[in-house]
Amino acid sequence: MAGASSKLSCATDGHETYNEEGSQKERANSSMFSYILKRLLTAIPTLFIIITIAFFMMRIAPGGPFDQERQLPPEIEANILKAYDLDKPVYEQYFIYISKLLQFDFGPSYKFRDFSVTELILSGLPASFQIGGLSILLATFIGIGLGTLAALYQNQKTDYAIMGVAMTGIAIPNFVAAPILSLVFGVYLAWLPVAGWGDGAARNLVLPVISLALPQIAYIARLTRGSMIEVLHSNYIRTARAKGIRERLVVVRHGIKGALLPVVSYLGPAVAAVTTGSVVIESIYDIPGVGRYFVNAALNRDYPLVMGVVIFYATLILMMNLIVDVIYSFLDPKLRVGA
Amino acid sequence: MKIKHFKNLKASLLAISVAFSGAMLTTADNDAYAAGTLRIGNMGEPASLDPHFVSGTWESGIVGNLFLGLTTEAADGSIIPGAAKSWTVSDDGLVYTFSLRDHTWSDGKPVTAQDFKLALQRILKPETAAGYASLLYTIKGAEQYNTGKAGADALAVEAIDEKTLEITLSGPAPYFIAQLSHYTAYPVPAHKIEELGKNWAKDGNMVSNGAFTLSEWTPNAQIRLEKNPRFYDAENVSLDELVFYPQEDRSAVLKRVRAGEVDIQTDFASSDLKWLEKNMPDYVRIAPYLGVYYYPLNLDDEVLKDIRVREALAMTIDRKILTEKVLKTGEIAAYSFVPPGTGDYGSSPEVSWKNMTQKERVAEAQKLMAAAGYDKSNAPTIKLSYNTSENHKKVAIAVAAMWKKALGVKTELFNTEVKVHYDNLKVRDFQAARAGWIADYNDPQNFLSLMESRNTSQNYANFNDDQYNELMRKAELEADPVKRNEYMRQAEVIALTEVPNIPIYHYVSKNLVNPKVVGWVDNASDIHRARYLSVK
Repeated sequence: MAGASSKLSCATDGHETYNEEGSQKERANSSMFSYILKRLLTAIPTLFIIITIAFFMMRIAPGGPFDQERQLPPEIEANILKAYDLDKPVYEQYFIYISKLLQFDFGPSYKFRDFSVTELILSGLPASFQIGGLSILLATFIGIGLGTLAALYQNQKTDYAIMGVAMTGIAIPNFVAAPILSLVFGVYLAWLPVAGWGDGAARNLVLPVISLALPQIAYIARLTRGSMIEVLHSNYIRTARAKGIRERLVVVRHGIKGALLPVVSYLGPAVAAVTTGSVVIESIYDIPGVGRYFVNAALNRDYPLVMGVVIFYATLILMMNLIVDVIYSFLDPKLRVGA
Repeated sequence: MKIKHFKNLKASLLAISVAFSGAMLTTADNDAYAAGTLRIGNMGEPASLDPHFVSGTWESGIVGNLFLGLTTEAADGSIIPGAAKSWTVSDDGLVYTFSLRDHTWSDGKPVTAQDFKLALQRILKPETAAGYASLLYTIKGAEQYNTGKAGADALAVEAIDEKTLEITLSGPAPYFIAQLSHYTAYPVPAHKIEELGKNWAKDGNMVSNGAFTLSEWTPNAQIRLEKNPRFYDAENVSLDELVFYPQEDRSAVLKRVRAGEVDIQTDFASSDLKWLEKNMPDYVRIAPYLGVYYYPLNLDDEVLKDIRVREALAMTIDRKILTEKVLKTGEIAAYSFVPPGTGDYGSSPEVSWKNMTQKERVAEAQKLMAAAGYDKSNAPTIKLSYNTSENHKKVAIAVAAMWKKALGVKTELFNTEVKVHYDNLKVRDFQAARAGWIADYNDPQNFLSLMESRNTSQNYANFNDDQYNELMRKAELEADPVKRNEYMRQAEVIALTEVPNIPIYHYVSKNLVNPKVVGWVDNASDIHRARYLSVK
């Protein structure tokens, strides 16, 4: 996973004069706009570098898309390689790929040959977004809630209980938790389906969403607790308390806002990671998401599909980091663009 | 800190958390499937549903219910007339004339001899780049056309009239009738392919001539097939719908079988067998399967080019321990390359040392190694490659222990993912390796051709024995089945003596079938067409 977002740098150069008459707010808006534009423009070369590296790394890996248990007769293999331009030198394949990419043509999947890469990714997105979005929501609410509680009751029973559960949540991997949940709730209790998508029916979503959310809840709870404790000891909270503001307001209005900063910067890449699906969760619950393609495409040496998911994921990460930085500037006045 | 104020906050935070998770827990009602629905745990997402691009059993299980070849499979896997109601064969065994059944595609267009001709031309066309086209090289001109040495005219397939198809073979191949039931020989709707191009095989577009039609294909979620009311034998098809769930995780599928969400699981993990036999014995279906698990030995290798070393290695693998103690799912110890029960081959020739005890075999093997200049102190090191799989790993570890104990041979286990493994085998970058072969059609030739030197793609060991090649060539040209089998048996004896490959065990098929499924017949091809099945 990509690291937390980069911090904002002030992007006020040269804009001061033309906005001289405008209010401060307008000036801030316009520099925010130019900041976003600038970030979007720098994203293009970043993506390009990622695409290039991924393309060549994939080709360096031994074994090709058509190596299999039943080896193909050489003539047939030659036919197939020709059909996919794989008989050409790698650098030539690279230029063919890039020129097609510029026309938004991600190519055909080598493995699932009735579908194009675009079709596969688009058909997997709704399920992954649904499962991932719900689990991130669930994880954010519960995680922040539990983390705040733990911070308020620092070093007391509530704190130990919550952090104990959180540590367990982080320590137990998905591929252990998910089969156990489906065994208990699907087979033994028969409350919910063991697996299957059922066109996204609520009861089919419950177990995968919870399995995916569990480690996130744990992580977010720990992050929130840590930063909340720090914030509650800071000067401005002391000032607020000294002014006699009610404790609940101190925590909810002033405390949480400050404590959310590390959570937000974690959520950026986490949203990108979780909504693009998880190969473990999708395989265990038979969810038609994009997560499986990340691993299976690489194992199948399905070059266009690998490239497709890399580009998709990289774009999402870049977007999420930008959004995080924008949210940051609202949460923390010190980082406000143009301030 | 004032804790009192937070009692409410604490309660509300907990309430939100609980409500959030609770809201998603709706009461479970069972899937409202009609009684005529059969749900199958398919072992993977099909790479394609276009029969010309299919290559795996998990695909053929779906496609075989959509299309009907000239011949097809009965409930027990035996070959019966399909789209052809009858045929005649010329005296030299080369010219087959098929008389087609009156039947239509699912859109009502008649299935004609021309459809079959165009389908064969399509799969063999070099630009189609169909991976499995070589299976049809039995047809005269097919290889030349497919490899670009001749045009489509060279292919000896003629549509004499609407309902008569004539196919000429390059040599008498008694297994040709069985081959025609394979998906490579299915007809495809030329009128739809012309109209829709490669999109013809998607849901909403596909028309087919089999017992079922494609009604939904959501990648990685499910594939639904509906009964085809236009199927020629529709009145005897009892199921209304088939649902295939592509799911590689075998233990996850097993849970779905236990919960009654899936009726048939087409493979289960050997490690689950003990539990299954105890808890759901009436689901377990294990049957011999036409496949061989073997270790090719690289004959170009310094150590392994000595036949004495190869034979010693073959003898010291205790197959009884492997099948009974390591694998434990009824696999059959292999002393021949061709699996028992293949075609009309009778019992395969077996290795000369089969009747020795394991102790005698070890003693004999030690003598062979000594003759080759090795004893336990200077025994060679052998690199044994296998592709990632729990099963292959277990076998490799056991074999390494057997070689070490009996001969002092040190084994270096080399595990790679499947693509790398087969790439290494292809360029012969290995010493000993794991390989397997499942029959495409029920004939010994399908196994023995793996060791012909002209088979450049599958002859991993690089076995090049003139006598073997000659016998296989003779068998190919022989119309008399008895003589043909005799040639192949002689060839197999050579292969067992020269040991380019060490046969280890013959496969079994492992299915879980809900007892409410009626009409399931275990068979060596492990083909179970849904037109014969029903649900109680």
